[in-house]
Amino acid sequence: MPSAETEREKTAPLLRIARSKALETVREMVAGCMQCGTCTASCPNAWAMDLTPRQLWRLVNFGQEEEVLASGTLFMCSTCYTCTLRCPRNLPLTSAMAALKRLAFEHAHKTRRRAAFYRSFVDNIRSYGRVKETALMSMYFLASRDPKLPLAFTAPALRLLGKGKLHWPGRPGRGSLGRLMDAVMNREGRP
Amino acid sequence: MNYAYYPGCSLKESAREYDLSTQAVMESLGAKLTEIPDWTCCGASAAEAVDDLLSLALPARNLALAERHLPGLDVLAPCSACYLNLRRAQEETNRERRVRDEVNAMLGAESLSYGGGVTVRHLLDVLVNDIGPERIEAAVKHFYPLLKVAPYSGCQILRPYRVFDDPEHPTALGRVLKAMYVDVLDWKAGNACCGASLAATKHKVALPAIRAVLDAASEADCIVTVCPMCQMNLELYQKEAGRRMPVLYLTQLMGLALGLPEQLLRVAHNLSVTPDFLRSLPDKAAEAATT
Ligand code: SF4
Ligand code: SF4
Repeated sequence: MPSAETEREKTAPLLRIARSKALETVREMVAGCMQCGTCTASCPNAWAMDLTPRQLWRLVNFGQEEEVLASGTLFMCSTCYTCTLRCPRNLPLTSAMAALKRLAFEHAHKTRRRAAFYRSFVDNIRSYGRVKETALMSMYFLASRDPKLPLAFTAPALRLLGKGKLHWPGRPGRGSLGRLMDAVMNREGRP
Repeated sequence: MNYAYYPGCSLKESAREYDLSTQAVMESLGAKLTEIPDWTCCGASAAEAVDDLLSLALPARNLALAERHLPGLDVLAPCSACYLNLRRAQEETNRERRVRDEVNAMLGAESLSYGGGVTVRHLLDVLVNDIGPERIEAAVKHFYPLLKVAPYSGCQILRPYRVFDDPEHPTALGRVLKAMYVDVLDWKAGNACCGASLAATKHKVALPAIRAVLDAASEADCIVTVCPMCQMNLELYQKEAGRRMPVLYLTQLMGLALGLPEQLLRVAHNLSVTPDFLRSLPDKAAEAATT
């Protein structure tokens, strides 16, 4: 009965998420939404989103986690905080977006690769204490994980190299974050 | 005026010129910056996507270090992204005792503890409110009345915490520029988003945002920024965006106005600064009257 098995494997994480405290917290964050659409109208990236912010909050409040967590919208937020600033209900929308992103990392298979990128970031600062490039590190990790990406990044990367602004991860920084990060990532009851 | 200096990772790597020019400008304006000993990454834009407590514990570690080694000093951050992460740790640990206890339970792994006594300030806040336009004007050697500058504040110093500027109509950056008699462009894109980390993860979505800012600045001679992430996004993709525009850090332009040497400002180091732009600068300047 492999199909039943697969079915259970597929739905079990979703059920877990539907009942999770983390999702409950997001629901509390956006429960006061009155669907006025100010967030969507203010969002610079709404044009690229499959669900607008307003639609996303509606689905959260109606318990449609599956749609919410499968939405590309979570990865189109540039954390500009304009929605948070302008929401007439003062809802913490940018934080809600980040919380949903964390849930999506745990849930969907296709976001595993994106999650891997963030985990790499964490591994990186864990061993170096400081990031060996912020924006550039992103390029480096993305390029090393997707064989198609280096092409897209070649021109900008060359420009940076030309100005001596691109550095390879070097020797570790002085402050080490190992103990602090282990404490955070292994703490009891981590969502 | 003494500050606990948090340069952040970018300023020690690709944005070295922002670090050098900040230190040089602040010193010549009479402010003393002491780097927080053993500071570490504030979490950048990635920590919050991994774990909420991590996104508070990483910046809080630096606040705890500042509190221990540089008691009583405000923390000064020139990078807007670092500023927001540190500020968020300050605000959240003060807002709820439970949050500070949770953070401190983690910091305990390093025998650190944060007591809640640190105020995080952005460089622009310190320039406008502690040093002030009058003192800046008095220190300026070369005014730039013919240089039209687009003041780009970006997002994170304005939102979500309304600390020292109006998030819908920011004026702080313009006030500092006016102290150098710069011709400040009146525009609406000064608080628009540069795409932030989407420039790396969703290039096609970030590019229109970058292009919109560059286009809105088309009447200016240059854009001035106060954040290495904004700076990089506005500089790095100009070819793809189809518009050339010099982008300078505020402290680089201030350094020029204060007459500081190029090796401390590294203006020529910016990706978007052309030899033509550098050659045109003296023509746009006027000497301050010597009294
Ligand atoms: S602005 Fe606030 S109240 Fe209006 S739709 Fe968005 S979340 Fe809901
Ligand atoms: S914070 Fe995110 S969702 Fe909100 S307006 Fe900005 S990009 Fe859109």
